[in-house]
Amino acid sequence: MPTLPQFLSQAFNGIALGSLLALIASGLSIILGTLGVLNFAHGAMFMLGAYAGFVVLSHWDSFAGALALSALVMFLVGFATERGLIRFYYRRPPEDQILVTFGLGIMMVEAVRYIFGPLSQQVPMPSWGQGIVNFGFFLYPLYRVEVIGFVAALLLGFYLLLYRTRIGLVVRAGIEDATMVELLGTNVRRMFLVVFCIGVMAAGIGGVIYAPLAAVIPNMGEAFLVQCFVVIVIGGLGSFPGAIVGGIVVGEILSLTTLFNPAYAQAAIYAVMTLVLIVRPRGLFGAIGRQ
Amino acid sequence: MEAPAAPRLRRWLPELAMVAALLILPFVFDRWLGSIDLFTRILIWGIFGLGFDLLFGRAGLLSFGQGAFYGAGGFVAAYLLTSGTFTSVWLAMAVGVAAAAVFSVMVGFLALRRVGIYFTMITLAFGELSYFLENSPLASLTGGENGLPGVPAPSIEFGSFDYHFAGSWPSYQLVAAFYFLGFVFARFIVRSPVGAVLTAIKQNTLRTSALGHDVRAYKLLVFVLAAVFAGLGGVQLGIFQSYMPPDAFGLETSGQLVIQTIIGGAGTLIGPTVGAAIWLTLRDLLQLVPAIGDLWKFFLGLLFVLLVTFMPNGVVGTVTRSWNLHVRRAPSPPVVIAGPGAAAAREALLAPLPPQPGAAPAPFALDVRDVQKSYGGIHAVGGVTLQLPPGRFHAVIGPNGAGKSTFLRLLAREETPDRGQILLHGVDVTKIDVTAAYQAGMAKSYQINQLFPQLTVRENLRIGALGRYRGRLRVDIFRAVDGFAPVEEIVAALIEELGLTACADLVVNTLPYGEKRRLELGLALASRPSVLLLDEPLAGLSPAEREGVKQLIRNLRKGRTIILVEHDMDAVFELAEQITVLHEGRKLAEGTPKEISSDPRVRAAYLGGVAA
Repeated sequence: MPTLPQFLSQAFNGIALGSLLALIASGLSIILGTLGVLNFAHGAMFMLGAYAGFVVLSHWDSFAGALALSALVMFLVGFATERGLIRFYYRRPPEDQILVTFGLGIMMVEAVRYIFGPLSQQVPMPSWGQGIVNFGFFLYPLYRVEVIGFVAALLLGFYLLLYRTRIGLVVRAGIEDATMVELLGTNVRRMFLVVFCIGVMAAGIGGVIYAPLAAVIPNMGEAFLVQCFVVIVIGGLGSFPGAIVGGIVVGEILSLTTLFNPAYAQAAIYAVMTLVLIVRPRGLFGAIGRQ
Repeated sequence: MEAPAAPRLRRWLPELAMVAALLILPFVFDRWLGSIDLFTRILIWGIFGLGFDLLFGRAGLLSFGQGAFYGAGGFVAAYLLTSGTFTSVWLAMAVGVAAAAVFSVMVGFLALRRVGIYFTMITLAFGELSYFLENSPLASLTGGENGLPGVPAPSIEFGSFDYHFAGSWPSYQLVAAFYFLGFVFARFIVRSPVGAVLTAIKQNTLRTSALGHDVRAYKLLVFVLAAVFAGLGGVQLGIFQSYMPPDAFGLETSGQLVIQTIIGGAGTLIGPTVGAAIWLTLRDLLQLVPAIGDLWKFFLGLLFVLLVTFMPNGVVGTVTRSWNLHVRRAPSPPVVIAGPGAAAAREALLAPLPPQPGAAPAPFALDVRDVQKSYGGIHAVGGVTLQLPPGRFHAVIGPNGAGKSTFLRLLAREETPDRGQILLHGVDVTKIDVTAAYQAGMAKSYQINQLFPQLTVRENLRIGALGRYRGRLRVDIFRAVDGFAPVEEIVAALIEELGLTACADLVVNTLPYGEKRRLELGLALASRPSVLLLDEPLAGLSPAEREGVKQLIRNLRKGRTIILVEHDMDAVFELAEQITVLHEGRKLAEGTPKEISSDPRVRAAYLGGVAA
């Protein structure tokens, strides 16, 4: 049996991982909810964020600068993708949207593989993230604590944007019924562009934050994409609170199962997803009637 | 009826062409495109793809987790053989395929609870799940990351005759034989009623279920069929390579299958094979180009994106579409009901079927007791009672928002009432679904056309008639869709009755609105219902077309109980024997047209609440 400090340490890891998943999944979820597009390139965009951070940090030793510049890069990626590709797909069946973003994701991964090579890149821990926090009865890496805090702040900002601003009101109305919002005289296409960029930036910033914790490799986004799908299925389609709760749940399951038997960590999240599908097919926070 | 020799040959033309291709192409690949082994690989993907094409191309179910069944089939067979459990390779193949099928029943049961995007996400998650299961918890059986080497090839023995399917040519023969069998089998499915229902599900799922077909069951059926093909492909992969690789389970595998299907063309059966040929050949060729080399997959991704954007029907689809765009010739000469006595013959063919053969006749065809339905706090239908003796023509009218359409949806069993009871010929149908209601002889024509836009008029009506004739689910894979004589007679009679003879073999989305509207009515009639629910059949029609539809309704009312919801008051007062007026979800008045037209409350409701 694991000791209490081990257990608490893993529980913290679960929150750190879960908050990252929540950030990325809320980006995926808001795009899905508003535009109706399931962005299969979301994992690749997470990877792009990590690589953007890596490139900036190899020239300029400022993690905050890397975050800001990567966010800008991801905004441009989102802008170019929506204007150049996605907007031609709003009137096509959802299957086509899945296919084209899937193809786009392959192109992104392969381009990065070509430029940076298939081997993993190391992103250094920022100087203010090095060290260990002593919680009294267990020790915990400082950077992970900061990740939790930082992601929580980002999600709070996301929340305020969605629930306390006019843009957020329009976006939430768009999730309910985009056609109606358009009929009421709002420029829905511009809202779609904004939402897509925000969603992509959420994935990219997640990538930068995650980079010092793991190996940065071209296909690092794949596992995250699938886990985000699980988060959305558990949390409920298009639901912001659902993405957050689902993210934490999936992060905790992954971390705590690892404590007992790492072999079952991945299987466990699918088991929980299956359970949710049986008991509550629309997900924890999904609206009735949503398919 | 003896089919002439030429059409019979034509019917088997694809199979003959396939035989020729399988005889010639290995030499082409051997000589110019690398090796026979490359073509064998393409055919293994092709077997896998035949199933996926039924699933996605026919039924429209986009699964990103087909690798789960490819891997399951391959690994079960490989384990049984390499562990020495089975010595017969043929038996291990069969068990591997069966294992994939069993696994797909479990995954399908869960994934098919959701549709569209959700279905795709869930299948992908299950694909990943099986990958992780193979990799860690089951690693002692599957070899984990190393896979299972040493999978033996089968052999045929007859006394002293012994043929071993190892080496390039024998492997090719084995895979090509299975591919051909799979192709013939898939062709049977496509031409069968099951194939027709799958196509209908893709084009209009809700109407398919409202025409008596059990959509969930058919989806599960095609999901399992696809897994059988996937399992067979996986088994062949292990034998061909004498090694079962763990990445058979991977997202890469499932994704490549999807890509190849799109490139080749979904819904064409050979599309995935053509796509695999393009993908694998280009991969080998591009890697040899110095300027491209490592970027080969980037360019294939780009090709894929361009194809999805500009050529959504894929290579095969684009070629065949330029052939027959709008007209689909009936494969065998269609049944024609003409000549003297034709009208009487049609009437007999379209007369309502008795509700329950041998059951005691109930006093009411439809007995609605105090049904209520609320949305949020709004009572859309607030306790309506209605009793219709058999043969009654009853109209339901009321201002917009009175609850008429909801009332019809409750009757047709598309929605379940919060309270109350509905009896059809004395049988309680309150709890049954719309599919069962159709089977019980109650059909509805919709306010907004619910047709199968890519099918011809005849094919549309056939879906409706097959629904009642075949029941909720029948796995008659080896029957031709047009091989049910009674169904063909009903369809022919309906086409004649609806006045759609000239456009019977035209694809529906090319028809004008008036014709579509008549077809909408025809779909409801195809089951020969005893109770017919008509939701604004005259909506959007010109005065002349209205007369035509009214005459049609008159012709078909004999022996039927009809409820008509309509805003055209002239039509209502002309056709109906009894009228119910709904207002704000409640019954405001009921009576003969004469009584209703002189009722002051009705006038008030229509004129906006000003008491007369």
